[in-house]
Order: sequence, then structure tokens, then C-alpha cells
Amino acid sequence: MDMTFLLQLLINGLVVGCIYSLVATGFVIIYKATSALNLAQGEFLMVGAYICLDLMTRHNIPFFQSFLITLAFSAVLGLIIERVILRPLIGSHLISVIMVTLGLSSILKALVQLAYGTDTIPFPEVFPPEPVQIGPIPVSQGYLYAIGCVTLLVTLLTLFFKYSKTGVAMRATASNQQVSLSMGISVKKMFALSWAISAIVSAVGGILLGTIRGGIDMSLSFMGLKVLPVVILGGLDSILGAIVGGVIIGVLENLSGGYVDPFVGGGAKEVAPYIALILILMFKPYGLFGKKKIERV
Amino acid sequence: MRCGDFKTSYAADMTIFESNSARIMLGLFLCLLFTVPLYTPGYVLDIANRIGIAVIGAVGLNILTGFTGQISLGNAAFMAIGAFSSGYLGTRFGLPFFLCIPLAGLMTAFFGMFVGIPSLRIKGLYLAMATLAAHFIVEFLVVKWESVTGGVAGLSIPPPKLGSFAFDTDARLFFLIFVIAIMAVLFAKNLFRTKVGKAFIAIRDQAISAEVMGVNILKYKLLSFGISSFYVGVAGALVAYQAKIISPETFPITVAIDYLGMIIIGGLGSILGSIYGAVFITLLPELLRLSTSALAGPFPLLVAKLAAMKELVFGIFVVVFILFEPHGLAARWHRIRNYWKIYPF
Repeated sequence: MDMTFLLQLLINGLVVGCIYSLVATGFVIIYKATSALNLAQGEFLMVGAYICLDLMTRHNIPFFQSFLITLAFSAVLGLIIERVILRPLIGSHLISVIMVTLGLSSILKALVQLAYGTDTIPFPEVFPPEPVQIGPIPVSQGYLYAIGCVTLLVTLLTLFFKYSKTGVAMRATASNQQVSLSMGISVKKMFALSWAISAIVSAVGGILLGTIRGGIDMSLSFMGLKVLPVVILGGLDSILGAIVGGVIIGVLENLSGGYVDPFVGGGAKEVAPYIALILILMFKPYGLFGKKKIERV
Repeated sequence: MRCGDFKTSYAADMTIFESNSARIMLGLFLCLLFTVPLYTPGYVLDIANRIGIAVIGAVGLNILTGFTGQISLGNAAFMAIGAFSSGYLGTRFGLPFFLCIPLAGLMTAFFGMFVGIPSLRIKGLYLAMATLAAHFIVEFLVVKWESVTGGVAGLSIPPPKLGSFAFDTDARLFFLIFVIAIMAVLFAKNLFRTKVGKAFIAIRDQAISAEVMGVNILKYKLLSFGISSFYVGVAGALVAYQAKIISPETFPITVAIDYLGMIIIGGLGSILGSIYGAVFITLLPELLRLSTSALAGPFPLLVAKLAAMKELVFGIFVVVFILFEPHGLAARWHRIRNYWKIYPF
């Protein structure tokens, strides 16, 4: 019995962690390329989920098509935001960049609230509801699809960054902007592209979360803040770190939800990632895979 | 006619009032300010009180973020600590408010310095994240530590009393809040004429050069966290007196974002800017409410969407200010004033 409970927690953690990984990847892509901290990542996720839901329920478009349209929409949203808001701020102070993404998150949240209200909207069933037996425990099929989807997307991203010309150009931009400029890479285009990719990846996370939870509301935007412990644990500029960190934080969250919550009466699940964040910052500020920048002040 | 900067001594450059007329104008303004409760209704006074509290908090945050360059997203948590420690001291030990408020400030200052310790190893966005994490941890503790904070139900705060005189109406609170706010602004204004304030600015501009020039970074960063948190804690204590009941929901993360918005819109690194920003951000929802109730006839849906509208307008203002007026209202005001000073030219 106890073992099943533990396994159940681990699987839940793994699934949520996968989605954390996905959103964290989006976060890291932007940070690596443009060194901007995007605190509106959770809103990208929320907007993606709402758009997909809207297409499916109001316009009766099948899931797969709405999924693709949502991705296209997110890409355009990312491009527009980069062009209009972030590009004029290149090179400006960190406080401005952080604050502008906070302002952006207010705007996106408000727009979603104006359009869809604050109530939880049920997400139509996409995956068959019958659970699959893995060993002793039943696992819902949505979870398996989510894990599969995340794995596929992460693999695609890795291949893209490793082999495609654009991907290599993006990595070059991340490593040294001046050199890449002199090699004929359009740094501006790479910045725009990284916002687009990040928005797409987050939208996928949002849609998966919607299908797993069976309903979406404004609380989806908190995922953006949940991602911060993940990227700190993994290292702010490492995609591999984001993936590993996501799974670790997801599992940690569910374990503390299962084992600590009964003693403190709830809430430990929400706060555990942030306690982890503080500890990591104190003992290993560049995370598991982050690049160490030595500067003593 | 004055058409430039003709300062010939350090003292002249450092003076708060450029001329006697500025001094007289400010004096007149303060006299007018303290007659406000005589002829305004409670609703307006309530807003005025909130502005006064926001001024204290925004000046505090600006000392840390605008002048010392340390980003803090933990402002709401600091306010909560100030509010709950003042409330606890007042209700449990029956301390009078003139002890509660400074003690709450000190408590918050200690906590702020504790949070500030990592700022020596980490900076910039790492610090932003650490303070954000501190916010959520404090929120958790406030909910859980029921014996002190009253948990989810909250704590009800009796009005502050001086002998048999109770500050129990908005008009009476107005005097308490604004006297403290004026002291806070004056202290901050003078702080940046001293060595300590200049050290803060040096750390913001170039931490390494500051250290080379003999500024003890550890000491001054912590001092900045301490002073800033003291302000925010005092603001929190006043929020408690004004709201009369405080619970964990009184201080959500949006409060911290609102305060950052105040100093961004008002002007980073400007005391006057913090005041403008505090007034602006506090008035914003009220103006929206007025305009939506005026438009409620033709667009009845607007009233229900007020919260979202407020958030939308706030976000747009923050983004627009950062893009087009990064130095905030204070810089814009300076430009307008200088334009008129040398008008025909």
C-alpha cells in the first residue's frame, strides 16, 4: 500500500515535472539568447491553453488542428512581443527588463480574464479516460501522452539546436553576439526566433496541462513562477538542466505534498520548490549544469 | 532669469531647496495638506491614507531598488511582517502604537537584512528570484503560524490610541499616516546627502569601483536592505491600522508588483518620483472605477470587468513607461518645469 502511494506520487511528479521541464526550456531559450528574464512565461502557457480550448469548444475544430493553430498563434504572439516590447530594451537595465515582462504578464492575464472570465472552464476530453495498468498502479492515459509529447518535443528541439543551420546560428548568438554578427548571423532574427520558440513550447505545456487537469483557469499563470526554482536548479543557461530540474522539482513537489502536508495541514507542496530555490542559491548558485561566471565583488 | 546650473559650491549642489520660494511653496502645500481632512468625505480620505502609506513603502523600495540597484520582489512579504508584528505586539502585549510601529519596522529590517545576506553572492536576477522565493515562504509561514498571525482568519487590530484619544476615523488616521510619511520622505531625502546614501549610489553604479574606493559592500548592502525594509515594515504596520483586519490575503504578490510599478512609473532613484508613482498607482483603480461607473449606462458589462481592467491598464502603463520614459514621472516633470523656466528660448 505504502509502496503504491509512493509510486503514485512519483508518477504524478514525473508528469508535472515534464511540463515544468517544457516551460523551463522555453524560459532558458529566451535567457540564453537574449539574457532577458521572462516572468511572463506562465502567461504564454495560459494563453496557449485558452486559445486551444476556444478553438475546440466554440469553433468545433478537432483537437489536432486546434493544437497546430494554437502553436502558430503562439509563435506570432512571441514574435510580436519581441519586436514591440523587448527589442527596444536590448542593452537596458535588468530592472527594466524584469519589470517589462511583469507588465506584460499583467496585460496578458487581464486580456484572458476579459475574454474568458475567472471561472474554471472544463477542457474537452482529448485522450481516452480509461487508465492503463503499469505494474500495481493505474496510470491515466493522458499522463502517458503528456510524457510522450514532452519527450518528442524535447528531442526535436535538441536535434534542431544540434543540426539545423538556424539552430546552430541561435547557439552561436547565445555564446557570442559580436562574433555571430560578424559571421553574418542576424542577431535580431535569432532573438525573435527564440521568443517564438519559447512561446510555442509554453503553449504546448499549457495544452497538456489543460488535458491532464480537465479544466483551466487563471491559476495556470502561476506555472511561470513555479518554473523559477526549476531553472535555478538546472542552471539558468542550460536546456539539459531545465529538463532534469523540471523532473526533480515536480517529484519533490509531489513527495512533499504526500508526506509533509499531512503534518503541517497543507501548503507544503506549494512552498517546497521555493525553499529548494533558496537552498540552491545559497550552496550552488549556478545550478547543476549552469555556466559559472566568476565575478567577485 | 535662470537659464542654467550656476552652482558654485558643494553645499549649493546638495541643498534640498533650490530657492526660498521652493521652501515657501512646500510649506504652503503641507499646510494645505493638513487641512484636507476638514472638508473631504471619508471615501476620499481613505484613498488619501492609502496614498500616504504607499508613499512610505515606495520610498523604502526605491532606496533599495532605485538607489542601491538591488531588485526586490519580496516587498509584500516585508509588509506582511511589519503588519503582523505590529498587530501581535499591539494585541498580545498591549504596546502603544508609537512603540509598535518602530518595533515592527525594526523587525522587518532584521528580516530584510537576513534576506539581503545572499545578495553578496548573488545579484541581479538571482536576487529577484531569491526575494520572490522569500515572499512565498513568508506567505506560507503567515498562514501556518496561527498562534501569532491568526492563520487564514487573520488578526483584528484595534485602532491606535494616545491616552484616551483613539485614531479611529479616517480623518484621525490621516494625521498619523501623513506625519510619518513626511518624516520618512525627509529622512530619505537627507539620507542621500550623507556618506551612507552616496555609498548606496556608488554600489548601484559600479560595485567593483565602489569597493576599490573603500565602500564596504557587505555593510552598505545590508544597511540598504535594513533601511528599505524598515520603511516597508512601517508601511505594513500602518496598513494594519488602516485595514483593521489583516490576513495572509492582504499581502499577495501583486502588492509587490504594484510597488515596483510605482517606482518604475515614478522614477527609479528619485524620492520625488516615488511619491508621484505612489499617488499615480493608488489613484489608478479609483479613476478607473469612476470612469467605469460613469460608463455603466451604455456598457453595463464594464463594471464586472473592473479588476481585469485595472490589471490591463497597470500593465500597459508599466510597459509604456519603461519603453518611452524610463526615468519616470519625475524626469518628465523636470523637463516640463525646465521648459517653462526658460520659456521663450
